[in-house]
Amino acid sequence: MSPENALLTPADREMLEHTMLVRDRLEEQYHDLEQQSHAAAAGMWVFLATEVMFFGTLFVSLGIYRFLYGEACEAASEKLNWAIGGINTIVLLISSFTMALAVHYARLERRKALTTCLLLTGLFGLCFMGLKAYEYYTDYVENLIPGWRFVSQEWVDQEGLSPDQVPHVKLFLLFYWIMTAFHALHVTIGLCAVAIIAVLARQGRFTRSYYAPVDVLGLYWHFVDLVWIFLLPMLYLLGTHSADSLHL
Amino acid sequence: MSGATLQPVPRRTVRLPPVRETYLNVARGVTSWLLTKDHKRIGLLYLVSVTVMFFIGGFAIAIARLNLLTPEGGLVQADTYNRLFTLHGVIMVFFFLVPVVPASLGNFMLPMMIGAKDLAFPRLNLLSWYLYMLGAAWTLYAMLAGGVDTGWTFYTPYSSEASHYNVVATMVGVVIAGFSSLLTGLNFIVTTHWLRAPGMHWFRLPIFVWTLYATSLIFLLAVPVLAMALILVVIERIWQIGIFDPSLGGDPVLFQHLFWFYSHPAVYIMILPGMGVVSEVIPCFARKQLYGYNFVAYSSFGIACLGFLVWGHHMFVAGISLYSALIFSSLSFLVAIPSAVKVFNWTATLYKSSISFQAPMLFALGFVALFTVGGMTGLFLASLGVDMHVHDTYFVIAHFHFIMVGGMVMAYMGGLHYWWPKITGRMYSEWWSRLSAIIIFVGFFLTFLPQFVVGYNGMPRRYHKYVPEFEVWNILSTAGASILSAGYVLPLCYLLLSLRYGKRAGANPWGATGLEWQTASPPPKENFAVTPVVVRPPYQYHLMKAQNEP
Repeated sequence: MSPENALLTPADREMLEHTMLVRDRLEEQYHDLEQQSHAAAAGMWVFLATEVMFFGTLFVSLGIYRFLYGEACEAASEKLNWAIGGINTIVLLISSFTMALAVHYARLERRKALTTCLLLTGLFGLCFMGLKAYEYYTDYVENLIPGWRFVSQEWVDQEGLSPDQVPHVKLFLLFYWIMTAFHALHVTIGLCAVAIIAVLARQGRFTRSYYAPVDVLGLYWHFVDLVWIFLLPMLYLLGTHSADSLHL
Repeated sequence: MSGATLQPVPRRTVRLPPVRETYLNVARGVTSWLLTKDHKRIGLLYLVSVTVMFFIGGFAIAIARLNLLTPEGGLVQADTYNRLFTLHGVIMVFFFLVPVVPASLGNFMLPMMIGAKDLAFPRLNLLSWYLYMLGAAWTLYAMLAGGVDTGWTFYTPYSSEASHYNVVATMVGVVIAGFSSLLTGLNFIVTTHWLRAPGMHWFRLPIFVWTLYATSLIFLLAVPVLAMALILVVIERIWQIGIFDPSLGGDPVLFQHLFWFYSHPAVYIMILPGMGVVSEVIPCFARKQLYGYNFVAYSSFGIACLGFLVWGHHMFVAGISLYSALIFSSLSFLVAIPSAVKVFNWTATLYKSSISFQAPMLFALGFVALFTVGGMTGLFLASLGVDMHVHDTYFVIAHFHFIMVGGMVMAYMGGLHYWWPKITGRMYSEWWSRLSAIIIFVGFFLTFLPQFVVGYNGMPRRYHKYVPEFEVWNILSTAGASILSAGYVLPLCYLLLSLRYGKRAGANPWGATGLEWQTASPPPKENFAVTPVVVRPPYQYHLMKAQNEP
């Protein structure tokens, strides 16, 4: 501790630190850190509204084709690996819990707990991605990739679909790929952000009056989790699943 | 040097710095512009970019219009003609009309009008310009090296199966530019919510801010849908899986739904900011408070909300059910109400006021006249029966050009002339600017009025030749287009000349009331020396003294 600081009372020191923090973090267009963090959170909420529209377009399109081609979509849905999809849902839910804890500890300025929770969130996120990658691999093995690995005859012979229903199967599978890949892209971006914020948290960049980045990251992470909650029934639980399709 | 005090002090003239520090001279060099986070500089970057795009898009249609001088369409091949009007449509809609007022004038003025130092997220603002430039360069390259012939609407299955041109690349460019609008909209909404000066309540905001807010809402909720729809077409083209191709089980009408779910609200993106500009200009040059402020403010939201519920009126002939067509038709009639509220309020503002006819006012009045014609003919198109008759004819072309060009471009010119002294600190030539407003108005009317006639009589859009009966009207239209283009080149000349030869403008050359006029022209980097405190509603022109009048 420098000699000047030793003369200060704890209250003064806190005030001094706060002033330095404000000087360091406050951008010129804001009056104070509170206004700045409100704006940051508002920005993320608005961004999430656009995300709803991005995913919404896909959900609506898929919903329409599901309505038009129910039988083919169900047949295709049954081929998907719902066991991994289900486990992944639990993994993501736990990661959302640790993320909520991270925001909580950021608010309490408990640096170590914050860092740990962020790392745990990242770990569960990685776990999700790993399982997803494995699932993609099984899809590859099972010829579920339209336009690349897909055997039309299998669907006619084994699933009892008529040949003109096969394009509809492709359509459903294509939406499965687009939607899960788009979601995985969001998880990847989230993982990068978690890593960065975790490093900053370890360095002690966040305090009681400045933790907006953690807060905003939390919003994003929960949203990505929420999207998966909708993806699971829409893609995996569509058909009537039997024990044969457990993929175990 | 204590002895120095005994020596006589040499007399020196203290030199004041010759120029006041403004946002323009606070930093110099190319990088200071390319890496700026100042909303005013980014606004200017946008201004230059959209102007370039405007002239490229205009040049393309000038050739197409010349081609229509004769019924045989001898100037260009049919194929070239298709690519020309597509180039025109894509550039003008996605790279000019959508960003023109929000991203240039809005970017510059929004923080100043609410008394803020900058937008909420300056870095995102700069990123948005880079995305715009990337999208623009990408699209231009795709469209010039090969071209696209689908029309700006990219209708499937033609765009997904049949067209052999650079459809994928063009769509990717449009999607990139879409992200730039998203960032602008996000920035505007957060800024309006959180960075208003003390005392600036919602109902003290200038109408321009209200319209920018409504526009941003549309950006945020509509752009993602277009982006996703185009991405789906791109995926379909690359992997040959029929998302929208009927022969592969896809539904081409779904594409139309998704496309118009964006593109109809986008029409309001292209008109709302113009309405905002006009609501600023008219009270200023009529020296009177804006009539019915609350109604004008709310009607912006009325337009933004209803605008999301009318997309189906583009698809009356696409085989949608009669019931949904009926509902879309009646909702489309409803949109006319908030638009009419605005026109009536502008007219009521003009009533018994003392009007002066400077260039911004001429443009604004031109806007009101042309927008009214465009809006009224829109009602024709919202009616099921008439729409069946005039669908895909020049009637539609004339209608939406009255709104887009007659409305938005006029309003943009009005706004540019209104705020030019603030942006540059210089006045432009009064005579030339008035002349150009008149030329543009006359040229516009002559170009597009005949198109209503040929359209009503059945001349379809997007064909490079036509039956000889329509020749006279097309000659009139092409003649009007040449006058119009002269009208557009004029401002480019006198505005640029004003930068060097124009007389200094002073802080408030028009005697206007907005916060942006209470700081120097051009403004300092931080906009206001002291954060202003707002004590009055806007447009209090009736309280201003006579000597403040221009």
